[in-house]
Amino acid sequence: MALPSYATPIQRTYYYLYLVACGIVFFFLIAPLVAIIPISFSQSPFMVFTEGMLAWPPDPEAWSLRWYRYMVGICTDKNLTTPCSNKWMIGTVNSFFVGFVSTFFATALGTLAALGLSRPHMPYKGLIMSILISPMIVPLIITAAGMFFFYAKINLVYTFTGIILAHIALSTPFVVITVTATLVGFDMNMVRASQSLGARPIRTFFKVIMPLILPGVISGALFAFITSFDEVVIVMFMASLDQLTIPKQMWAGIRQEISPVILCMATCLVALSIFLLTTVELLRRRSEKMRGISRQ
Amino acid sequence: MEVFISTTEQILTTDGLPLKVSLKKAERKNKIRAFLLVFPLLLFILVTFVVPIGDMLLRSVDDSHINTVFPNTFEEYRKWDRNDLPPEEVYEAIFFELATGEGIQVGKALTRMNYSKSGWKSLIKKTRRQIKKIYKSGELPTSYKDTLIDIHEGWGDTLFWISMAQMTEERTLIYYWNAIDRTYDIDGNVVMQDEKRRMYVKTWIRTLKVSVYVTFFCLILGFPVAHLLANLPLRYSNLLMIFVLLPFWTSLLVRTTAWIVMLQQKGVINGVLVWLGIIDDDQRIQMVYNMTGTIIAMTQILLPFMILPLYSVMKVIPKSHMRAAQNLGAKPVRAFIRVYLPQTVPGMSAGGLLVFVLAIGYFITPELVGGKDGQLIGHWIAYHLKTTLNWGLCAAIGSILLAVMLVLYWLYNKIVGIDNIKLG
Repeated sequence: MALPSYATPIQRTYYYLYLVACGIVFFFLIAPLVAIIPISFSQSPFMVFTEGMLAWPPDPEAWSLRWYRYMVGICTDKNLTTPCSNKWMIGTVNSFFVGFVSTFFATALGTLAALGLSRPHMPYKGLIMSILISPMIVPLIITAAGMFFFYAKINLVYTFTGIILAHIALSTPFVVITVTATLVGFDMNMVRASQSLGARPIRTFFKVIMPLILPGVISGALFAFITSFDEVVIVMFMASLDQLTIPKQMWAGIRQEISPVILCMATCLVALSIFLLTTVELLRRRSEKMRGISRQ
Repeated sequence: MEVFISTTEQILTTDGLPLKVSLKKAERKNKIRAFLLVFPLLLFILVTFVVPIGDMLLRSVDDSHINTVFPNTFEEYRKWDRNDLPPEEVYEAIFFELATGEGIQVGKALTRMNYSKSGWKSLIKKTRRQIKKIYKSGELPTSYKDTLIDIHEGWGDTLFWISMAQMTEERTLIYYWNAIDRTYDIDGNVVMQDEKRRMYVKTWIRTLKVSVYVTFFCLILGFPVAHLLANLPLRYSNLLMIFVLLPFWTSLLVRTTAWIVMLQQKGVINGVLVWLGIIDDDQRIQMVYNMTGTIIAMTQILLPFMILPLYSVMKVIPKSHMRAAQNLGAKPVRAFIRVYLPQTVPGMSAGGLLVFVLAIGYFITPELVGGKDGQLIGHWIAYHLKTTLNWGLCAAIGSILLAVMLVLYWLYNKIVGIDNIKLG
């Protein structure tokens, strides 16, 4: 979108102002995420750039992996300013556990439902779709309150079962949306061909349908995973004190003991999101059929 | 076709059924098959999500608990003519129900009674032990009324008894009135709360205000970026899209933490400003733990939700339109306002509504960076759920918020269509 050669000086000025404005917005979007990375390697117990870190030539004293050691629970440091424990690691294990289990069920249920919804004969499609999407729409705090009241009645609060059930409900809409979008471009003749060649429905599903919609299913699963992995409101109300997850631990960290350990975990999470983003992007490019979630 | 079917000769399938019947049968089979695929998830969402939300809605008007604690009292109470003090039977009923009632249940009921008239809780707490003592001694009094008034003069206060009228129904609107800073007075009229207890209307207004600001800033910041992304060659726009998508994929808590690091008094922004000499070291600006912090952080967090719908709309606006307008003599600004801008309205309304809807229900970010004056309405839901245990009020605030959301989503659906939601 370069400027035409006949542009007047005023147009030129406007054009460059516009580019600068866009640059500032991009900076605004990305700067906070970038800023936390160097601070996580700091020696100081505060979440700030110390003078040593900004000095030139760099002062090796100012940089350390101290907070990363804290994070993984290596407590050799004698001058403890913040409690050092393996809470972060317990949280990581729990987060991955809850994330994987709920992703599995959410993907299975969501894919099946998307297959049904994409059939031309589906009755009450609009109504059912809006019910299935509703967990994504209702604000988390309302969902958390409703679920807390209800799960308290049936003794599911303070259990992982309760949290996982809640997370499955929260993440299925993402699977339904991505897989439905993939199925928009799906050629039903493939199914007919497979069946006319003698394959039973199950075999047709695994040999014909599944490979074709797999990119959509995987990106749906990734969305589901990140939804569960990042969820804190429900965990805060429904988890007992010792049921830690990463987001819950970060919440507690910001609330009580602001230390760079949070930034170490944040840096790891940024790395994870880069990984997930890249995967989804590659999947999108690989399959032109995932039109629903792509930027055409 | 019609002629064919109306003749007596029907078309039959190989197994001898009329074609029409057979077709219907096959269609029904297909419908059932499609529905069976959706059924597990539908059932799951209904049980784990819709029912809990419905339960919350019921809870917001529910007043049945207190009726299970004082059933006899309320029954006798309904017979009272509201003149002077209630008759002996009411005192007798409440005497026995207080003496025999289960501690936890009575305690819950007392909390509820205090919402209607403060003082109930302390009155009963002060007298309950003596009532129990009398009950256990086996020497039941001849006049329960006199005994109770002897124990505490509060029992002789008509105001307490009049306030009880509000609790005898199974359903109440008191929590909804509370959620907008109103309450019932002693005669059951709706009045404003005491000055110092009015905090919800203030928070509702602040929630709307912050949401409007955030939507506005997202639109201002998102528009040029979406325009740039939509008009650059795909190679560059894909690269720049990472700047939009990476925050979108990054944990909300990470982004919130990052904003605390940026905005705090010893934070990055203040540091840069001091270093540049724009402000002195002792004049560092307080940008976080107040409303400014909430607005800045929420704008960055919700910006992708504005850029993505805008982008997908701008992408399909032909570039030739602007050129044609300028060719016909319009100055660039005029061409932009008259030709380009109107075509982006669907994107602006979609993104705007999405950001607004997400903003009014926001909880985590305002809670962490909002401090005292940057809290949104979600704060009170969490507060009553966890701290005061006033679940009725918690449910009422939640229900009002839900109603607002549903209206906005209905609008969104009208304008954009709910199944057009796109991710990433």
